[in-house]
Amino acid sequence: MHTPSNSAPAQVRAQLLQKLSEVLPADAIIDETEAQRPFECDALTLYRELPLLVVLPSSVEQVQQILQICQALSVPVVPRGSGTGLCAGSMPHPEGIVLGLSKLNRIIEIDALACTARVQPGVSNLSISQAAKAFGLYYAPDPSSQIACSIGGNIAENSGGVHCLKYGLTVHNVLSLEVLSVTGEPMTLGGQGLDSPGFDLLAPLIGSEGLLAVVTEITVKLLPIPELARVIMAGFDSVDNAGNAVSDIIGAGIIPAGLELMDALAIQAAEDFVHAGYPRDAAALLLCEVDGTVEEVETHIARVNQLFEAAGATTIRVSQSETERELLWRGRKSAFPAVGRLAPDYYCMDGTIPRGQVAYVLGEIARLGAEYGLRVANVFHAGDGNLHPLILFDAGDPNDIRKAEEFGAKILELSVAVGGCITGEHGVGLEKLGQMPSQFSEQELLQFEEIKAAFDPQLMLNPGKGIPILKRCQEYRALPARHGHMHGGES
Amino acid sequence: MSDRGAEIVDTVAQALASKTPLSINGGGSKTNILGRSVSSDEFQTLELGQHSGIIDYHPAELVLTARAGTPLTEINAALANEEQMLAFEPPTFGGRATLGGTLACNMSGPARPWSGSVRDMVLGVQLVNGKAELLNFGGQVMKNVAGYDVSRLQAGALGTLGVITQVSLKVLPLAEHSVTLVYEVDAQQALKIMNERRSAAKPLNAACWVQGFLYLRLSGAQPAVTQTAKVWGGEEMPNADEFWQKIREFEHPFFTSDHALWRFSQGPTAAVQSEFGDILLDWGGAQRWLRGEQQRDDLVKSAEDAGGHVGLYRGGDRTGEVNHPVNTVQKALHQRLKHALDPAGIFNPGRLYSWM
Repeated sequence: MHTPSNSAPAQVRAQLLQKLSEVLPADAIIDETEAQRPFECDALTLYRELPLLVVLPSSVEQVQQILQICQALSVPVVPRGSGTGLCAGSMPHPEGIVLGLSKLNRIIEIDALACTARVQPGVSNLSISQAAKAFGLYYAPDPSSQIACSIGGNIAENSGGVHCLKYGLTVHNVLSLEVLSVTGEPMTLGGQGLDSPGFDLLAPLIGSEGLLAVVTEITVKLLPIPELARVIMAGFDSVDNAGNAVSDIIGAGIIPAGLELMDALAIQAAEDFVHAGYPRDAAALLLCEVDGTVEEVETHIARVNQLFEAAGATTIRVSQSETERELLWRGRKSAFPAVGRLAPDYYCMDGTIPRGQVAYVLGEIARLGAEYGLRVANVFHAGDGNLHPLILFDAGDPNDIRKAEEFGAKILELSVAVGGCITGEHGVGLEKLGQMPSQFSEQELLQFEEIKAAFDPQLMLNPGKGIPILKRCQEYRALPARHGHMHGGES
Repeated sequence: MSDRGAEIVDTVAQALASKTPLSINGGGSKTNILGRSVSSDEFQTLELGQHSGIIDYHPAELVLTARAGTPLTEINAALANEEQMLAFEPPTFGGRATLGGTLACNMSGPARPWSGSVRDMVLGVQLVNGKAELLNFGGQVMKNVAGYDVSRLQAGALGTLGVITQVSLKVLPLAEHSVTLVYEVDAQQALKIMNERRSAAKPLNAACWVQGFLYLRLSGAQPAVTQTAKVWGGEEMPNADEFWQKIREFEHPFFTSDHALWRFSQGPTAAVQSEFGDILLDWGGAQRWLRGEQQRDDLVKSAEDAGGHVGLYRGGDRTGEVNHPVNTVQKALHQRLKHALDPAGIFNPGRLYSWM
């Protein structure tokens, strides 16, 4: 929603280009507008901007030199992985460079004994598990974009996936990071052990949306591939019943590997798209995956089956083979593109809510949808409370865009009001800056700014994303106005 | 059980105004361990023990919120009523350990490599920063990526980044069944077995070697535990809960001498550092305890060779540095981060490092 601009002094751009040319081969610098187009947005294509330059280094040394040059010329740096982000977190800065890390794509080492993998940031999430498979191991966090998304981007967003309740988020599965500070100084955070001396610097780094440092190497924890995984699917004639079934499973002491809920519109769209055998007439569908040893899985499947029956499931189906398990998941994993076929565009929201509030929240979303005259399909990571309403709209109609954005903002505020948060796994980026004050007080936002400044005093790394820069803070730091994207906090 | 939040904010505000360093104290169980001894004359003690009580607990949500001064024993009892637990098995130190102190010291027990640490389970904190502002970070839901993760940053900071007043954390169901297998082997053999079994898809959730015996605990669905125990062999230990409790609470005979006690946290596969003397391997080899007076520099080098760090956990000279050194770049970052949260340097100064 930002028009391209090119207000930076041409002199800075020329200097930058010259300096970068001294350390990078010509094909690592993209300075023509048309060639920069693929980098103007991430997967949230509503927000676009062109940078001064895009650079694609192929070594850590080059990354370091780029940072030093940008530091010397006061040029903002926007790190980027595969561009699959959903919050405009890697949208370019008009006066900065895009630092694309996709060429740093080597799996350096898999240590099968320690169960770890050492990888570069441009490696895709899925390829880590593929490489580890030969050792009977895998990397647990599995965001839906795992074929394409990079592990560096996963660090930036603290990505989740459908197995978070049992196996955690990125922050639970990373042992150490090699990073470069904004000035290009290398640091090792974490180590081969399970904690670090001094402050736990992995905590603020993971999920920091590229605002604190540039990650150049990651050591992740690998887990043994479970002996068996099976999915049990159940249809319900009300969201309430499905929600109660979720509570019953947790209450029975079972932590499923995955637990997903879809509402009627999502069920129908997914079924029409992949023919997974979902009950088209159900009001809600649950997919519950249990994994572990053969004995454990059989025990838990039987128990979940009983609980679903008791909760009033109208249909129940248990996967009898790996093929059937994959088919049942395919419907859920294709839910976004499937819903995408119902309208010219969809806008995916990402609040997290306490599980027990799901029926109330879906009811409110339906009410708001009617108010705005927009349809909405819901997929819900029921295990961990992360809700993805998909608002259907037409981006060709400015009025529709405005309504979709307003509706989305209301959903996020609703998530906060029921005790949740505005983003479970997609990040704040540029998109949700306006909702940050509904979750955080001004003092809390200022505390974030102080933390940002401890890592990056001149706010050169991905400026204007993640944390709204309050006017008071801007004056206090005497920052140039270009760090803007001002939101809230007129104090 | 009472809410002393307002008093805590007042105390910090006064300390800030008068530049009085605060020594933050929960149940006092960890006053003489982990951190450095700092002179107490000019310090004022900020007591959190009375700021206590479980505020919210929804078993179906797997989330519990309690004030920082709440004793772990109170939390464990409430969870046990619902057949749930703190999966990171923290030491309770005879009932004195509090939730806030457990997070500040990042204390986790034998299940840590498999079930996560207190740091992993934290969902949100409320804290008073060095400007005497009461702030909330994170929340009560499993997934939350808005803002920096200030909650987990508190783990192991020993109270130097704020006064933790409230913690929300993820809790988990009690294991349906547990069996501990015992093997009489030396440390090298034990480490080999631990390393081999780490990559097996079996319900292992504790692995400890001490004084000639390896102890492996299996926890989970009964048939899975029973079947794995049959395949792995070894002798089933009676009263195993008592053994693990003694390891967790530092009550095992290995810990009960007056010797200095060092803690290595490192890569689990590195050779056993038997040249230094009596050692206990826990966390499948990723946490190792060493007894006796030692040259710190030698231990630091050994820990770094193993990709980890070492600290003087208990005893010894606590007026010098007790935690693993950090390099100059990291030191500067630590100081800037400290300044960001505690600009006047009033929270536990010198406790983590002499220079902070």
